[in-house]
Amino acid sequence: MKTTDSPPAPAATAIPLSARVAALLTQAGGKHALVLGGFSLAATLLLVVAFGLTKAPIAQSALEDLRRSLEQVIPADIHDNNPATDTVKLQINGNTLLVYRASKANQVTAVAFEVARKGYSGDIKVLLGIDQNGKLLGVRVLKHTETPGLGDKIEVTRSDWITRFNGLSLGNPPEAQWAVKKDGGPFDQFAGATITPRAVVNSIRDGLQLFAAHRQTLLEEVSK
Amino acid sequence: MSQTRDIALDGLWRNNVVFSQMLSLCPALAVTSAATQGLGMGMATLAVLVASNALVALLRGLITDEVRIPAFVLIIATLVTIVDLAMNAWLHELHKVLGLFIPLIVVNCLILGRAESFACKNSVSLSALDGLAMGLGFTFALTLMGALREIGGSGTVFSGASNLLGPAFAALEMRVYPGEGALVMILPAGGFIVLGLMIAAKRAMDARKPATRPKSASLDTPTSVAAAS
Repeated sequence: MKTTDSPPAPAATAIPLSARVAALLTQAGGKHALVLGGFSLAATLLLVVAFGLTKAPIAQSALEDLRRSLEQVIPADIHDNNPATDTVKLQINGNTLLVYRASKANQVTAVAFEVARKGYSGDIKVLLGIDQNGKLLGVRVLKHTETPGLGDKIEVTRSDWITRFNGLSLGNPPEAQWAVKKDGGPFDQFAGATITPRAVVNSIRDGLQLFAAHRQTLLEEVSK
Repeated sequence: MSQTRDIALDGLWRNNVVFSQMLSLCPALAVTSAATQGLGMGMATLAVLVASNALVALLRGLITDEVRIPAFVLIIATLVTIVDLAMNAWLHELHKVLGLFIPLIVVNCLILGRAESFACKNSVSLSALDGLAMGLGFTFALTLMGALREIGGSGTVFSGASNLLGPAFAALEMRVYPGEGALVMILPAGGFIVLGLMIAAKRAMDARKPATRPKSASLDTPTSVAAAS
């Protein structure tokens, strides 16, 4: 407004800058760009605020979920620490394995870690709890995308099949026999589903073998 | 008054998203292997739909015609992400049950469809009402399909409802008959079969009752029959 009030300006350039910008924008379809840009900016700001507000509670809930899963594979009476926060990262064959350690009076009593294998559709993630002698304390399926009604009997809420592994180890049954019945082992498959239980049994065997091969490192590393 | 009644009836039954508009069939087929899952997906969609319709109606003066689709998508995606984050933070148990479905709502064409065909032309309150009616109709359709498939396939209905709605709803969980049922019903094929039967039933009901709308009465000619078939 001030520029139009000042008399010395020549008539040709008297158009205010804002009006010229607006005209330019209209010609180039810039109004739409402004609308969309404004919406994007507002959306980004909203998301930043929402992310900031929810970050801490979400991390808290995830930790709580983990603690509850670990509770199911490591009995409460053999440890006095919180295994969910007491973790050790192990480098095994170039992969990082996150090991949760349970200890009582600074003595390691058990470890828990995840193993995964391909099931019928996608990875099946299994959490193993193993005591210092290599005996299974508990096994739970954390995540899977198997067929509902067929493969989902590996969930503890649908069948007690998964609890059958409690107390077993690599020598019981012998290592070569860690397989489902169809493959010559002692473990039941379900009617209509062989691939899913096979993946679970094999991944538990993988985990036990991994523990056996790295027992020294695992317990030492963990004992520090 | 009759306008609100029309909006409500359209959303709930006459122009039902799944059975009449045949939109959002992907979630309708994918999540309805059990009644509780259908109900959960329906409720999550309902919440997002009411909010997005109201927001689009509120901002409709700002949105120019040429960029309305990207603007709608932006609004919907932002809304869904915020709902997802907020539920994960403060309704964590519910999020564990519904978490899988929430990101899917972004690509649910029902939401964009209502923004485009209703909310950007109507007031905030009418749009919210339309969202409510359409969302309830969607929830009804998904729950019905889920219940039929669950009864046929698992022999139960609303199993796991107390996880979704709280312990008070444990009474909903029922076993209809002992045993396993026909597995095909909870597999994808069962979804198509039930959806097909439901659409056929809706069509049969619509055909039996002569259309009450003024236009369709005069259009009852061989051409419209040919077009419909």
